[in-house]
Amino acid sequence: MQALKADNSGFVIGPDGLQRLLEVLAGEGYRVVGPALRDDAIVYDDIDGVASLPVGWTDRQEPGRYALERREDNACFGYAVGLHSWKKFLFPPAETLWTAQRGSDGAIAVSTPERAPDKFAFIGVRSCEIHAMAVQGRVFEEGPYTDTAYAARRAGAFIVAVNCAEAGGTCFCVSMETGPRAEQGFDLALTELADGAEHWFLVEVGSEAGRAVLEQVPHVPATAEQAEAARAVSERTASGMGRGLDTQGIKDLLQDNPEHSRWDDVAERCLSCANCTMVCPTCFCSTVEEHSDLTGENAQRVRKWDSCFTMDYSYIHGGSVRSSARSRYRQWMTHKLANWIDQFGTSGCVGCGRCITWCPVGIDLTEEVAAIRAAPEEGRSR
Amino acid sequence: MARRPKLAVWKFASCDGCQLSLLDCEDELLAVAGAVEIANFPEASSAVVEGPYDLSLVEGSITTPHDAQRIQAVRAQSKFLVTIGACATAGGIQALRNFADVKDFIAAVYASPQFIDTLATSTAISAHIPVDYELHGCPINKAQLVEVISAFLAGRKPAVAAHSVCIECKQRGNVCVMVQGTPCLGPVTHAGCGAICPAYRRGCYGCYGPMETPNMPALTREWCELGADGRDIQRVLRSFNAWAEPFRQESEAHDD
Repeated sequence: MQALKADNSGFVIGPDGLQRLLEVLAGEGYRVVGPALRDDAIVYDDIDGVASLPVGWTDRQEPGRYALERREDNACFGYAVGLHSWKKFLFPPAETLWTAQRGSDGAIAVSTPERAPDKFAFIGVRSCEIHAMAVQGRVFEEGPYTDTAYAARRAGAFIVAVNCAEAGGTCFCVSMETGPRAEQGFDLALTELADGAEHWFLVEVGSEAGRAVLEQVPHVPATAEQAEAARAVSERTASGMGRGLDTQGIKDLLQDNPEHSRWDDVAERCLSCANCTMVCPTCFCSTVEEHSDLTGENAQRVRKWDSCFTMDYSYIHGGSVRSSARSRYRQWMTHKLANWIDQFGTSGCVGCGRCITWCPVGIDLTEEVAAIRAAPEEGRSR
Repeated sequence: MARRPKLAVWKFASCDGCQLSLLDCEDELLAVAGAVEIANFPEASSAVVEGPYDLSLVEGSITTPHDAQRIQAVRAQSKFLVTIGACATAGGIQALRNFADVKDFIAAVYASPQFIDTLATSTAISAHIPVDYELHGCPINKAQLVEVISAFLAGRKPAVAAHSVCIECKQRGNVCVMVQGTPCLGPVTHAGCGAICPAYRRGCYGCYGPMETPNMPALTREWCELGADGRDIQRVLRSFNAWAEPFRQESEAHDD
């Protein structure tokens, strides 16, 4: 994606234009992925035109609770965020890294799977999710070792952002300064307006690739009123956040409180099930499994999503370093909100709220931080 | 060519489902037969080669004085012994007897109870002998069984995770049924099945027994929030893995 200054005024397309946009992207060989209804939820999946979108549906998200509800309009993107983030496409849950075969002469030949990386078009990417891709990109693409498969998938992706018109019950992007309005990192950004009989999208162009695609979609320049109406959508969403997280001094707050009694309190509730890390759009941990077959002639290495909530994750000779739920939850939250800043120069949290919604027992990290902040001296270790 | 390791398959109190999953391997069955000498596997062949055996797969739980003796003999002639399935690793569904008086069952079921020689409890193999590896599940996952045998042959650790079902549920792309209101045992249950039930929109039944670090009270509190009562919780925990320690303790915490 070539970065391009977002066009200030933007353009307007209608629902037919959105359909055309999806057709153009499919025609250009993209695997078009976007929100779809499955199993009473909005998930990101392969879509086939506007008919696949969750038209007229919204999501009700609270700690440990999720439900779909009918909207009064026909908005295509009238929900907060899907269950799984785009992570599952850029960083697949399981990926074979290499295979090895022993030849008849005993020599071992190692081969990496031939990958023609999927060329994704992501439809309906939220601002927090764009930030999440950047956060994860720092892990996989920067530093001395680049994950080339990840980098190829990300570089090849065409991103259609959609500015949020609904703040979910567990959203706190405003606190994390990651939304709700997408400022960069997209090819095209849409703002949907579905008031009454009117239904249109304001389109902002974020790259040359985006401009080239928009050229093939019937569009008109936005009027000043339309641009203002779109801006008002983001402002309304920003004022309706379901949650907030005070990030002031959060790095020191958490790093200085490893013995706070709140860690015992949360450990009593935490299941160590790892759902928070699976749904987190920035959690990047993986394990590698080595498999040999029955003949001993073939082997493969498979990379799978892993989690700091498992015992294997911190297993070293003699046992697991983090054997208690207390130490595992503390590790996850302190890394996400504090140590990540030391390690990658940014918070690991983008405020999407998934870890809150999809925790089976509804543990809310914004509440956990607030509890420590309320009595910070309690666990000061130095 | 090096001598193929000798494999034996043993049955105790069980339904045979786990050892049959070895025969159910189909695609891999010839490879198994090529890699090991199937020396003692009555379900597959009446030809029995004498021990000792390099690898013994043990199915079933210990429920009779005779079996309590027999498992000692199995251990004595096995270099590496793997228990397979919920009966062998946790006592199985028949461990429901452990919560009651077995004499009452015998009196209720048998016309001539004097011929029944049974123990008061059904217990895991590991309660009687040292076990080298436990493969959980009711029934076990045949791909995991092949993985365990392959790992044994290569002298490596099997890639069998002990974490929650939730991890494989999310890896599979399922939508969490519990957050949508259906009580599920997935967060406290050992992975291995591939999250079959949630994939079909049902809560997990706990067939693979407790995961490595189950927080039972936290889960059952949430079950109550979702409308379950103590009886529901006790019933769901008292199935194939009823006598697995975390499930047993939690089910007893919900006695009326």
